[in-house]
Amino acid sequence: MGRYIARRLLLTIPVMLGASFLIFALVYALPGDPIRALGGDRPLAPAVVAQLTDEFNLNDPLWLQYVKYVGDLLQGDFGTDFRGREVLDTITQRMPVTIKLALVAIAFEIVIGIVAGVMAGIRKNGFFDNVVLVSTTLIVSIPILVLAFVAQFTLGLQLGLFPIAGVNDGWYSYLLPGLVLAAGSLAYVARLTRTSIAENMRADYVRTARAKGLPRRDVIVRHTLRNSLIPVVTFVGADIGTLMGGAIVTETVFNLPGIGRAVFDAVRAQEGAVVVGIVTLLVFVFIFFNLVVDVLYAVLDPRIRYE
Amino acid sequence: MSTASTSVPSSPARGAGAPLLEVDDLRVQFRTGSGLVNAVNGVSYTVSEGETVAILGESGSGKSVSAQAIMGILDSPPAEVTSGRIVFEGRDLLTLPEEEQRRVRGPGISMIFQDALSSLNPVYSVGFQIGEMFRAHRGTSRKEAKQHAVELMERVRIPAAKERVNDYPHQFSGGMRQRVMIAMALALDPRILIADEPTTALDVTVQAQVMDLLKDLQRDTGMGLILITHDLGVVNEVADNVAVMYAGRIVERGTVDEVFGNPAHPYTDGLMRSIPQVEVKGGRLQPIGGQPPNLAAIPSGCPFHPRCPKRRTGAEAAPGRDCVADVPPLRLVLPGREAACHYSEEVLDA
Repeated sequence: MGRYIARRLLLTIPVMLGASFLIFALVYALPGDPIRALGGDRPLAPAVVAQLTDEFNLNDPLWLQYVKYVGDLLQGDFGTDFRGREVLDTITQRMPVTIKLALVAIAFEIVIGIVAGVMAGIRKNGFFDNVVLVSTTLIVSIPILVLAFVAQFTLGLQLGLFPIAGVNDGWYSYLLPGLVLAAGSLAYVARLTRTSIAENMRADYVRTARAKGLPRRDVIVRHTLRNSLIPVVTFVGADIGTLMGGAIVTETVFNLPGIGRAVFDAVRAQEGAVVVGIVTLLVFVFIFFNLVVDVLYAVLDPRIRYE
Repeated sequence: MSTASTSVPSSPARGAGAPLLEVDDLRVQFRTGSGLVNAVNGVSYTVSEGETVAILGESGSGKSVSAQAIMGILDSPPAEVTSGRIVFEGRDLLTLPEEEQRRVRGPGISMIFQDALSSLNPVYSVGFQIGEMFRAHRGTSRKEAKQHAVELMERVRIPAAKERVNDYPHQFSGGMRQRVMIAMALALDPRILIADEPTTALDVTVQAQVMDLLKDLQRDTGMGLILITHDLGVVNEVADNVAVMYAGRIVERGTVDEVFGNPAHPYTDGLMRSIPQVEVKGGRLQPIGGQPPNLAAIPSGCPFHPRCPKRRTGAEAAPGRDCVADVPPLRLVLPGREAACHYSEEVLDA
């Protein structure tokens, strides 16, 4: 297992390099001159433009810019944005907001998704199963952007149940955006759990558990749920990375000063260093949780060994 | 050769000859999308202490369903026990509340299944799964339960039981896995063990070992054994009495020697002719013609009539004994022999 983890960690290096280069190239390909745009309505003096362009290596060819960027990164220097702010500062300031948002979303995903899935799966084709089927289909078919605005307008503005924007109310501020962010995954978790439970209820070893005279609670929790949750756990784990990405829309709509919002702003301003820094970090988070999931898989299912 | 109906009295408190388990007119239906399926249609039999009753039949004859009905582990819906009594230790299990039924499963009646790999939970160690019996029924601590598990694994002759108690089912061979199942089923010294095709998934040498083990354990404990199988050889070797099932009914019953030696029902007769025999050289095997019955549309009269070479209908039939119109009751055809055929006497003579 240790060797497996080491190999997987080594593999992340080429993946990170490839991903960061792709993002770097995409930002490079954006039309327009970010330095000239800094001045807004009043054009900057040509000497200033030339100096800044030189300072950020913008005259170099793409590959050289990238090499210089990675060189700095390896020395722990994430670079600065065009206004001279350290990218690392932006990340450390904004990360906690996104982490809180992701935690709230994961909590919704796990609690509501699994409970709904279990209740639907135990009584397959029952009333509750159909309620879950219809509601999850509805949720997955609405784009997250629409869902965000609808939730903000109805639950936040009209009913006044939640704050509509900002992070001034502590964890409470994160409930609505967290729910919106989790919605799609939540529906998926519910469906996955439901299918998994319904299938396992018919498994031979569940029949054995009943033949052993185990109490119903043990039959369901120990012999049905435990086995059914293996695919669900792996999905939720892999989904953490996806949620961070989904945070871009959610944080923008709900005006949360998180990392997603920072990426959104940075893309618009063509702040290459910020975009690449943050997205590469997200790529790492994604890879890391995928590794965690694979290791967890072996822990949950003794039949799986990586040696 | 099996010795007919030898009871090994191990607990003298039990009345001699009084059956441990009495199944009376059991009927089970399945409600499916394509209509009602009559899986078990009035099955009755008894099992006494130390007795081995074989329920013999082909797939879909209702033998497994009737066993699961006894255990109370049929999925309901779609399955439903529509009538009958299952009397164990003086109580009708079908009328007991679920919680009381649950207490019987394990200490009273226990069951082992055909495919031990899929019947054991892949994510728990075998020791844990055997130990669960003690924890669920006796409130034993986890640690003590594991000790019991080791003892049981030794009792079913699993080598290096102490080292293997924490292994998972997939780490065992097929025969060892079935021993784990047996250890689990016997954990609480049940009075009745139902073995549903216990050796079908095993290769022949391992089959023999597992059957020997079951017989030895039965001799030690005096439990009643219900052996569900389609394997005539296994029945011949280990069972005292046999009930042959067809289309959810018992069509013939008696001691193994008598039923196999001189069948009283054309179906049993067909089964006997369809297996190779050492004494007969060069003869062709005779398969039973036709298809097993569709349980959603069981043929009228005798359910075996479409496949029966001795069928009599219309003018050929005696009054009230038309194979297509009249259902033959299970009746005494010889002392200790019952068969559900209008013309058993002719089958016996043949």
